[in-house]
Amino acid sequence: MTGAAAIRPQTLAQKIVARAAGRDSVSPGEIVICRVDLAMIHDSGGPRRVKPILERLGVPVWDPERVVVVSDHYVPAVDADSAAILKLTRDWVKDQAIRKFYDQQGICHVVLPERGNLTPGLFVVGGDSHSPTGGAFGCFMFGVGATDMAGVLATGETWLKMPETILIRWGGRLSDGVSAKDMMLHACTRLGMDGGDYQVVQYDGDGVRALSMTERMTLSNMAAELGAMTGLIAPDTVTAEYIAAAGGEAADIDRWQADPDADYRAVHEFDAASLAPQVAAPHSPANAGDVTSVADGKAIDQCYIGACTGAKLEDLHMAARVLKGRQIAANTRLMIAPASTRITAAAAADGTLAILTEAGAILLPSGCGACAGYGAGVLAEGERCMASTARNFQGRMGARSATVFLGSPYTVAATAVAGQIADPRPFLAEGKA
Amino acid sequence: MIGRVWKFGDGIDTDLLAPGAYMKGSVEELAKHCLESVEPKFAASVKPGDVVVAGRNFGIGSSREQAAQALKMLGVAAVVAESFGGIFYRNAFNLGLPALVCAQAGTIEAGQQIDIDPAAGRIVVRNDGRVLTCDAVPEHLMQIVALGGLVPYLEQRFRRAG
Ligand code: SF4
Repeated sequence: MTGAAAIRPQTLAQKIVARAAGRDSVSPGEIVICRVDLAMIHDSGGPRRVKPILERLGVPVWDPERVVVVSDHYVPAVDADSAAILKLTRDWVKDQAIRKFYDQQGICHVVLPERGNLTPGLFVVGGDSHSPTGGAFGCFMFGVGATDMAGVLATGETWLKMPETILIRWGGRLSDGVSAKDMMLHACTRLGMDGGDYQVVQYDGDGVRALSMTERMTLSNMAAELGAMTGLIAPDTVTAEYIAAAGGEAADIDRWQADPDADYRAVHEFDAASLAPQVAAPHSPANAGDVTSVADGKAIDQCYIGACTGAKLEDLHMAARVLKGRQIAANTRLMIAPASTRITAAAAADGTLAILTEAGAILLPSGCGACAGYGAGVLAEGERCMASTARNFQGRMGARSATVFLGSPYTVAATAVAGQIADPRPFLAEGKA
Repeated sequence: MIGRVWKFGDGIDTDLLAPGAYMKGSVEELAKHCLESVEPKFAASVKPGDVVVAGRNFGIGSSREQAAQALKMLGVAAVVAESFGGIFYRNAFNLGLPALVCAQAGTIEAGQQIDIDPAAGRIVVRNDGRVLTCDAVPEHLMQIVALGGLVPYLEQRFRRAG
């Protein structure tokens, strides 16, 4: 049966996928083939893995204008191997006539929207597991493995099984010193790392609407930690303003909204107003509790403000509010790797960097760095770290016996000052007086 | 296809399928350690054509393709589970390994012979004649599987086009 009468109310995800599949509608569970609007790859999982497959197929990328390449994992090169990976990436980009190439400009999930590449309604595939970040802009964006990505680059299309949508609604507004990272650590702990069940997670409610785009990106980014395919937020004026400032295509806010009667698999209600700063103990983001319950009085060797989910300009501002006029404790070190070179420039211009460095922070290059244990700032055996990153799996940030706690940039900064896990709220209250 | 069943529980993750400690080496070497923490004799005893049957969230965790590649390399003909980790599900088909979602997977027992028709979405348990329904695997994914994965599938597509 065809015709408008047969179309059931659609979720935002269904609308985007239906458009990409060239259909009026698509039902959960259906397998469809979609045209890809944009494909993003990085130096680690990208050219060095897909080049041999494209060569075997004897084809170039399907459309160089729809491919974005970001060198962020092995930057800056620390040895001949990482230098070779970066060189291969540069050579391949040139060979394929790809113009959207951001070489050592920052972390892919941050650079992609920062340079105006995302606008609501796009169907985007990323060669990285935190690709759900694009969902904050109303894009259906998800991560795939290398063979899958090679297929996308060769053909410009991919298949998917239409997921259902799980709604996560945050009522109320966050109190001072509490951020999007705290919301996600709490949600992961409540719902589990497979709570998303490879469906779409969509965030809504006053607590989400009140957030800036960079904070919303943290929610969508960590949909990966919920095991979701993507983490959508319906676009609004906040979205449109960010995209306009980034020089992107005008956002059609009205078109990319769910129908009022759309079906959701589940609706989870959370209260932003009563949420305290959260800390996830080793070795899972789903192992979180209120900072006061996790704080154990033991020394923290390293504090790290970095990664796609924890070192955007607003994250640096949070840290600066805690660190202004203070010094980090003698027993710890604070490393800060701004998520992009533009963020570094903005933080230099507005005085944030000076506050951070005067407090004793060490600035690191923009890139994945210590987050995945690839770059500078990794941990020694037995060391304890407090980080603003998204994952604290065993061995991820260096030595296998190192332990990583996760928290917001506020909490990481407070921990740096105290030399042990600390609640940032007293620091903010004092700062105000 | 008819295969002998290896039975596993819920939440078989990519670290169990492709243990991190062996990720640097070849897939051949990695496959020898596939599922060893839950079933030490699996890799050495599994025979080509055998089928893996499991509970919920099979293949959750990282996006590493080696999780599906290891099963494929050991000759596993299909994986039947109540549900799959999403990226694993994609990787399995892209590497030529059929993955079937079957709500009644839990009723299949180790060592049974099952007859799987992925395209029809049907499993017949030969030992007791029961017929179980699963989500039918669509034609285009069956073609990918028949040719051994996404790369050979695309190779044929481009050869035809060229
Ligand atoms: S910063 Fe960390 S989580 Fe983000 S893309 Fe890089 S390695 Fe992945």
